[in-house]
Amino acid sequence: MATQHSRSAARFMMAPAVILLLGWMLIPLTMTVFFSFKKYLPLRGDSLAGGLEWVGFENYVRFFSSSAFWPSVQATLIIVGGVLIITVVLGILLGLLLDQPMWGQGIVRILVIAPFFVMPTVSALVWKNMFMDPVNGIFSHIWRFFGADPVSWLSDASLQSIVLIVSWQWLPFATLILLTAIQSLDSEQLEAAEMDGAPPLKRFWFIILPHLARAITIVVLIQTIFLLSIFAEIFVTTGGAFGTRTLTYLIFQRVLDSQNIGLGSAGGVYAIILANIVAIFLMRIVGKNLDA
Amino acid sequence: MARAITTNRKIINTAFAWAIGMLIFFPILWTVLTSFKTEAQAISSPPVFIFFDWTLENYAVVQERSNYMLFLWNSVIIAGGSTLLGIIIAVPAAWSMAFVPSKRTKDILLWMLSTKMLPAVGVLYPMYLIFIELGLLDTRIGLVVVLMLINLPIIIWMLYTYFKEIPGEILEAARMDGASLGKEIIYVLTPMAIPGIASTILLNFILAWNEAFWTLNLTAAKAAPLTAFIASYSSPEGLFYAKLSAASTMAIAPILILGWFSQKQLVRGLTFGAVK
Repeated sequence: MATQHSRSAARFMMAPAVILLLGWMLIPLTMTVFFSFKKYLPLRGDSLAGGLEWVGFENYVRFFSSSAFWPSVQATLIIVGGVLIITVVLGILLGLLLDQPMWGQGIVRILVIAPFFVMPTVSALVWKNMFMDPVNGIFSHIWRFFGADPVSWLSDASLQSIVLIVSWQWLPFATLILLTAIQSLDSEQLEAAEMDGAPPLKRFWFIILPHLARAITIVVLIQTIFLLSIFAEIFVTTGGAFGTRTLTYLIFQRVLDSQNIGLGSAGGVYAIILANIVAIFLMRIVGKNLDA
Repeated sequence: MARAITTNRKIINTAFAWAIGMLIFFPILWTVLTSFKTEAQAISSPPVFIFFDWTLENYAVVQERSNYMLFLWNSVIIAGGSTLLGIIIAVPAAWSMAFVPSKRTKDILLWMLSTKMLPAVGVLYPMYLIFIELGLLDTRIGLVVVLMLINLPIIIWMLYTYFKEIPGEILEAARMDGASLGKEIIYVLTPMAIPGIASTILLNFILAWNEAFWTLNLTAAKAAPLTAFIASYSSPEGLFYAKLSAASTMAIAPILILGWFSQKQLVRGLTFGAVK
């Protein structure tokens, strides 16, 4: 149906988007890779105009072997893994619950989804001050009510606290997608299983869960990409202290706080590689869906 | 076979779901309630729930002391500007990929999506440098462009999935009747595409409004939107719970309302059409 004329028109219409995204991807990325091979400390007088010293893979080795690297990998894994487990498990349970007949379903749905629309700086600050503050926070009131000593959440249980805050933000996303997937399940299949005497747990394990496999994979992949780069939640709560310095935050500190651009850029390249490994799997699934 | 659902079962479901819904919503509710308290009541022990002297004072103070309107205006301009600019660039691109597909369309779509996966921190310094060179640091126009670029893949994907649902036969019929390409777009396509474009605008406005990496790192005072304004409450002002709550409520209220309208589009927009 497409004529030669409409083909060239189509190419012309696509050009701005393609050129912009190409520039957005290539220009900063090239600069990061370039800096990662250079000694670049602006505070000590290094400048682009003055020429930068080529140091080969030194920045990569130093970033990797610095004492802050492995703890940051560990913090990243705990936060990403913790949030994924909490949001997927609770998301499935909530999705199943919201799929049941009840009164006021629409309103409950809105209540559950609401945290997703709260900007990260607000949710981090509200949790930090009004819930986790060891003197005036709600948690400290509850702890005292039961005769326990209030906990300094963000210093004594810092990673758990961050996981709690971020899980609260992402649970709506997981719930919404899993609920959508549950609703697309053919109810006749479930009824047939029920008539054959399959108990609820078996129906869940053998029918619902396999049906949800794809949706769960998508939730895990998309959340992983966003969770790897959470920033504001750490920026306004602990500022990277108390073991909450993730890989993203470590790179941010190297680049903007200690102004070691070469070292930070090498870290950036690691982060980009890591994100791409996750992205490849996500793209495969999305790509398959395009053919269907 | 319709299953009979006992009223008892329904009552249990309802009670359970409402309890959990309220639990999840509680931090937001608590923030809104606290914003109407005095500072003394906000930290009273035990906490007061609704029986306090309701006051609007905090809103007035936040307004006065921090020039709240400037931050609000920055948020509106940055989120609105980046969304509109993105739509203007994305509509022709999505249109051509949906209606004049070629062998490479799928690859281009996936490649566009892959730019979204680039971790922002990996290109923080280059962007910082580019912003300084071009004099864009702490300007609204700089952020409009950056947020447009990070959301452009989502905008194109959402529009593409919506456009794909418009039947091609209608376009062919219009063409047979002698409609030119321009007329075809204005009179045939646009009316059918408006709901999809509207949902795309809505979701991307929300995403841009809440973006908190570039807005925190590329602004200082002049162009700072609400995300950065709230972050400035980090300390020690954050200890004034009532004022923090008032500022927070004002920052999230508009988006909560828009968000309720967009909940259906959320799934499609954020899973790139993989879950419908």
